[in-house]
Amino acid sequence: MKYAFFPGCVSRGGCPELYPAAVSVCERLGIELEVMEGASCTGAGVLQEKNQRLGDTLNARTFAMAEAMDMPIMTICSTCQGTMSQAHKRLADDPAYMAEVNETLAEEGLEYKGEVIVKHLLWILVEDVGLEKLKNYITTPLGGLKIAPFYGCYLIRPTGALGFDEHPEREDSLERVIEILGAEVVEFAGKTKCCGFPILTINEKNSVAMVANHTLDAKELGADAMVTPCPLCHLNLDGFQPKAAAQRRTTIDLPILHLPQVVGLAMGMDPKSMGLNRHIISTKKFLSRIAVEA
Amino acid sequence: MEVTLNVKRFDPESNDKNVHFQEYNLEVEDHCTVLDALVKVREEVDGSLALRCSCRASICGSCSMRVNGHAKLVCKTKIRDVANNDNQVTVEPMNNMPVVKDLVTDMKPFWDKIRAIQPWLQPEGEVPEREYIAPNETMQHLTGVMSCIMCGACVSDCTALEVDENFIGPAALAKAYRFVADPRDDASTSRLKMYGESGGIWDCTRCMECIQVCPKGVAPMERIMNLRDKAIEAGFSNNNGARHTEAFIELVKHSGRLDELRLPIKTFGMFNFPALIGLLPVGLRAIRRGKMPPIIHKAIPGADKVRRIFEKVEGKK
Repeated sequence: MKYAFFPGCVSRGGCPELYPAAVSVCERLGIELEVMEGASCTGAGVLQEKNQRLGDTLNARTFAMAEAMDMPIMTICSTCQGTMSQAHKRLADDPAYMAEVNETLAEEGLEYKGEVIVKHLLWILVEDVGLEKLKNYITTPLGGLKIAPFYGCYLIRPTGALGFDEHPEREDSLERVIEILGAEVVEFAGKTKCCGFPILTINEKNSVAMVANHTLDAKELGADAMVTPCPLCHLNLDGFQPKAAAQRRTTIDLPILHLPQVVGLAMGMDPKSMGLNRHIISTKKFLSRIAVEA
Repeated sequence: MEVTLNVKRFDPESNDKNVHFQEYNLEVEDHCTVLDALVKVREEVDGSLALRCSCRASICGSCSMRVNGHAKLVCKTKIRDVANNDNQVTVEPMNNMPVVKDLVTDMKPFWDKIRAIQPWLQPEGEVPEREYIAPNETMQHLTGVMSCIMCGACVSDCTALEVDENFIGPAALAKAYRFVADPRDDASTSRLKMYGESGGIWDCTRCMECIQVCPKGVAPMERIMNLRDKAIEAGFSNNNGARHTEAFIELVKHSGRLDELRLPIKTFGMFNFPALIGLLPVGLRAIRRGKMPPIIHKAIPGADKVRRIFEKVEGKK
C-alpha cells in the first residue's frame, strides 16, 4: 500500500497536530506515503466560486503528478477529498473539457490521463487496509467510551462524485471505524451536517450556532468525544467551541479528535506525539479514561 | 414485502399537542413508493394521518417529506431503496418550516422568500406587443434551474436556515439566479445588490445538502456560487464574503497554498480593528496550544508554475 500523500493546507497550518498523527498512524499500519510537496491547494470550493475551471486545472495538475508517481492519492481532509472528487468527476464526464485543461498543463510538461484514484484516509482504512486487519492492530480498545462521528460535508455530498454507488460502505465508514476501535458510536442527526466553518468570517453568529448545536446534541446523547476526518470541521468545532458555549451561556467541553488521533490512541500510540495536547478543548479527561476503561 | 413505517405525528387539535412517532406495520408490493405506503396507511389503517400529495409523478412538488432524515419526494422514492435491514422507514415532515399536522407543512415562509427575490422578468424599455423573444442558445443554460418544482426539499434540509430563519434560502436564490442570468432581464445590477445583503448569497455554507436532496437536479448551491461570482464582477465586493473569496484566491495564487493567518485579516480588512480585536481571544488560545499557523508562510515548490496556471486560466475567463 503506497500512496501519494496530499496533506492539504490546514494540516500544516491551523491544525499542525493532524499531520504527524496521520503520518505515524500510516507508518504503524504499513501504509507507505510519498508526500506531494509540489501539489497546490485544491481551492476548497472557495476558489471554485469564482472560477471552477481554474480549480479543476489546479486539481488536474495534482492528479497528473500522482499519475507520474504511479500511486493513488491519499487525503486527510474531507474538504480536499470532496473538492478533488468533484473535479475528478467533471473532468471524467467531459473529455473535451479535460483536453482543454490538459492544454493548460502542457506548458509544465504535465498531462492528466484521467486514471487517478483519490482516497481519504478514512476510506483507505475501510477499503484498503480493511477493518478486520485494522482490528489486529488495536492494543488499547476504547471500550466504555462514547464517540460521536462528524464527517464534514465534502466527504458525504454529493454522493454522485464521491463514488458512493460503487462503495456504499463509505456512507457509514466513520461509524464502523469507531466501532472497530472498541468505542460506542453516538448516533446523532448532526453527523452529516455543516460545522459552520465556511461562513465563520462571514456570519460568525450562524457559524458558531452550528458548533453549539452539534456539540451540545452529541453531549446530550452522552458523547465523551467527537471524531472528524476534516481539519476544517476541527478548526470550528474545537477552536470556536468556547464561543459556542458563550453564545448558549453554558459549558460544553467536548473534545474534538482528528480521525488518525483516535485510531492511534486505540493502537496504543503516544497522545503527545499525535498532538492531543494541542487542542483548544482539553483532551486530558478523555485520555485518562482510555487508560482506566481499557 | 412487510414494512414498518415510523411516522412522526403531530395534531394541533389534540389536547397535549404531543409530537411523537407512531409505527405502522403493513404489507406492500415490492415496487411500492413511500407515498403508496402512506396512502395505504391513511385509507386502510389510520384515517387520521395527514399528508399532502397530488400528481404522484414527481411533477407537482406536493409530497416532499423527510425520509430517514433527508427530504425527498415520497412519490419518487421506492420503499425498497430506503428500508433498512429490518425493513423500517422513518418519515417526518419537512424541516425549517412550521408543521400544520403530521406530514403537512406550512409553505408560507417558503413562498414569502420566493416573492422577496422579485421572481418576475424586469426587462428594459417598452413592453413589446407580443412575447419577449430570446434566442434558444441564450436560454438553454437556464433549463436546469427552470426545472424547479418548488417542492421545498432544499429548504427543508438547508443547514444555514436551521440556525437562521432570515436566510433567504436555496430555492429562492436558485430562482434569483434564473432572473439574473436571463438575457431579457435588465435588473441584474439592482438584483445582485439586493441578493448580496444580509441573509443573502454570502450566508450559504456550501454544505451541498440542497444539491443532494433536490429531486430535479437544480443544484441550488451551484447557482448561489454563480450569483457570488456575478456579484463580485458587478462590483459588490465590499463585504466579508466577497473579500474572503478574493483573498483566498489571491493567497493561493501567491504561494500555491492557503495562508491561514492572513486569510481572516484580509477578509476583515487590515484596518477593521473591532473585527481584528474580536479574533484575538481565538488567536491567543491557539498560540497557547501551539496551533497558530506559521507566521512565515512557505510557498510550495513550483509555486511559479501554479501562478502561471492562474494567469492563463484567469485570462481565459
